[in-house]
Amino acid sequence: MSPLAARVGGRLRAMLFPGHQSKGSARQRAPTRSLIFIVILAFSGLTAAQAIDPLPFKDHAQEVRFQNLTRQLRCLVCQNENLADSNADLARDLRHEVFGLMQQGKSDDQIKQYLVDRYSDFVLYDPPVKPSTWLLWFGPALFLLMGLAIVLVTIRRRGRAARIDSRLVDNATIEQGDDW
Amino acid sequence: MTRSLPLIGFLLLVGLFGFGIWWNTRHDPREVPSPLIGKPAPAFVLPLLDDPGRTVSKASMLGKPYLVNVFASWCVACGEEHPVLMAQGRDLGVPLVGYDYKDAPEDARAWLADHGNPYTMVIADQPGRTAIDFGVYGAPESFLIDAKGLIRYKHIGPFTPEIIERELKPLIARLKQETP
Repeated sequence: MSPLAARVGGRLRAMLFPGHQSKGSARQRAPTRSLIFIVILAFSGLTAAQAIDPLPFKDHAQEVRFQNLTRQLRCLVCQNENLADSNADLARDLRHEVFGLMQQGKSDDQIKQYLVDRYSDFVLYDPPVKPSTWLLWFGPALFLLMGLAIVLVTIRRRGRAARIDSRLVDNATIEQGDDW
Repeated sequence: MTRSLPLIGFLLLVGLFGFGIWWNTRHDPREVPSPLIGKPAPAFVLPLLDDPGRTVSKASMLGKPYLVNVFASWCVACGEEHPVLMAQGRDLGVPLVGYDYKDAPEDARAWLADHGNPYTMVIADQPGRTAIDFGVYGAPESFLIDAKGLIRYKHIGPFTPEIIERELKPLIARLKQETP
């Protein structure tokens, strides 16, 4: 355990089990500092969660599902933002729309399809694999293969050239000729 | 040959770069393609801006092609488009339906009073719920809907006289031939 972790652990133990203290942290401290530490820890996760517009979720699982889904959807107005993060007016409307569809018991795929029907595949950050997106999906692999082919051809050609060169050099040394 | 290989590679990259620039001047990479082209327009029932007691629905608009122009008083690009619509809106040969998007009705009325009203009628979608069904993600956007209620064309961004001449007018002419 690192010293810091040991200290934190000791402090935590001291906080949680006041009567049962380890030797290292036997000195009594005011509990407020530990308390503040715990409180900050407890709420640190919440600051990352969005508080743009609170929606009446049924339970935490639904909220997680909502966050997950809206993170996969693109805001049409500020196109480098997802629906979860965007502050655009339309993004808020669409979040409410997604929320409403969820309340109706629609699955994630149905909700995505609902938006694709209106805004095309553009709303999906993860475009589906289909003929029009083949180049997008497999293009990088294609370029990699092309590069690989070029490298292979070059290496082979250089190898052959080097062999011919060395033969020429050998001949030249035998004939005691000067370099060009 | 091998010596000029780097040059050839370089020129290929320059070509690719040039193509990218050329492509991006003709296509807005932020433009979201509408999956609704050729599909039935979503059903809508929206109040008239000037007479909120009366509503306009998709069903009530069937039988004649019409152009829906999504605008809002808060939308800067709509201000750029507005003079074009003022000049040409009445000569399109189809009703021009204003679609006031996420706007306070009094703001929209004041805006139209200030800048002039090129619209045959104006419907108001203050919550923006119906706009989601249309795949609207900003203003201005325009939809050409045919007599059977199919979306035949969508333009994202302000209309310019060139776009009206090149894209809109030929299509309107064709739609008018389809519906005697």
